[in-house]
Amino acid sequence: MIWTKKDLLGLEYLTKEEIELILTTAESFKEVSTRDIKKVPALRGKTVVNLFYEPSTRTRVSFEVAAKRLSADVINIASETSSVRKGETLIDTGTNIEALKADIIVVRHNASGAANMLARHVSISVVNAGDGWHEHPTQALLDIFTLKEKLGRIEGLKVSIIGDIAHSRVARSNIWGLTKLGAQVKVCAPKILIPPGIEQMGAVVTDDIEEALEDADAINILRMQFERDAETAFPEQLEYFKNFGITQERLKKAKKDIVVMHPGPINRGIEMESSVADGLNSVILEQVTNGIAVRMAVLFLVSQGHDKKYENTD
Amino acid sequence: MREKAKLLDKESIHRSLMRIAHEILEKNKGTQDLCLIGVRSRGAYLAVRLSACIQQIENTGLPVGILDITLYRDDLTLIAASPVVHKTEISFDINDKNLVLVDDVLYTGRTVRAALDALSDFGRPKSIQLAVLVDRGHRELPVRADYVGKNIPTAKNETVEVRLEEVDGVDEVVITEK
Repeated sequence: MIWTKKDLLGLEYLTKEEIELILTTAESFKEVSTRDIKKVPALRGKTVVNLFYEPSTRTRVSFEVAAKRLSADVINIASETSSVRKGETLIDTGTNIEALKADIIVVRHNASGAANMLARHVSISVVNAGDGWHEHPTQALLDIFTLKEKLGRIEGLKVSIIGDIAHSRVARSNIWGLTKLGAQVKVCAPKILIPPGIEQMGAVVTDDIEEALEDADAINILRMQFERDAETAFPEQLEYFKNFGITQERLKKAKKDIVVMHPGPINRGIEMESSVADGLNSVILEQVTNGIAVRMAVLFLVSQGHDKKYENTD
Repeated sequence: MREKAKLLDKESIHRSLMRIAHEILEKNKGTQDLCLIGVRSRGAYLAVRLSACIQQIENTGLPVGILDITLYRDDLTLIAASPVVHKTEISFDINDKNLVLVDDVLYTGRTVRAALDALSDFGRPKSIQLAVLVDRGHRELPVRADYVGKNIPTAKNETVEVRLEEVDGVDEVVITEK
């Protein structure tokens, strides 16, 4: 298996083999972060630009650490402090970054499809760090990496994704990735937070939390994005916790060694109890550690890829 | 790819490794502070075999580490398709150790250059020596081996293939031509 793509836009566009290649490459990169000198020269002389149109600490820092451990130079652009405020379009910003002779743009944008559009207009690599409600491929890859590390496989696993599915790019990327690797995915949320068409992606839908927990090998708890969309109906916080919050009590009925994941940041007491977030089944901080290895693998692979064809990326 | 000649077989590979094991022990006056580092992939198998040879002679094996040099290659930007990155596994401290770097074929010297760079990221060994099963010449960097299984003069259009039971199912060294 050889990586050829110049971009990582979403897991929808990758084959099972490409996803597996990223995961095995990430396994190799994980070792680098355990050394005294946490750096390899693979991207020496390359420039990575983090172009973030949405607030993000975890993902941006993770990409920055990953790029620096590969010896790349990193430039961070946040939209609040850039010419975006003067009305510059995404494409203009992208072509200007290309004119600076940068090599990789890591882009986070509130519009679905932003990364795809950018990738069509620049010839340098584009890595999607989250676009609207569309995809967040590196988050799903690190979730899958962590799951595989914990349980030894993905094929045949039962994974339940719980929470705000409608507004979640993490959910979409996870569904694409997990189903391609042969896992069975269930999504669980109040009916108003289930988007239409989610079954066509290969997920089973339920609004019964007990059903989502029983016989699940792992759960991925999504953050309730109360800040995201004031116009759509959202359940009241306490009501959500009462009906869908993951508590010790609810976990008692689940598999004893169920893996509990959360992409962060956590709303303690809304999606899950504090004691669950910090409990023995939780791998939330391991996800953060693995995120570095996965993003190192992605940056390395796209820097080696030259394929500029974008079939099926609209 | 046409196979031109078989240069080493199972027995001669073993004899070469046994001789190199003796030479390593002679030069380092025993096994004190001595460790082997195999360069992925075939150098790693050869390092494990060398450790077994030394075990046979001295009754003590040596720690064996495995080094993947992909991330340290100087041609990453030149090659068309991305190479697969494998794990580096060095579970011991290399500071103040005498290391013997083990690889199958010494050719341009660029792999050794990359390996030296990689090792310096792990610490400061007391010394690094180089053992190879085959030296085929055509160096592009000032590199020389301390222990050589067999010197094989080659033309640049030829390839030396070291095949090992662990990966290839057979022990042999052959010379092929495009």
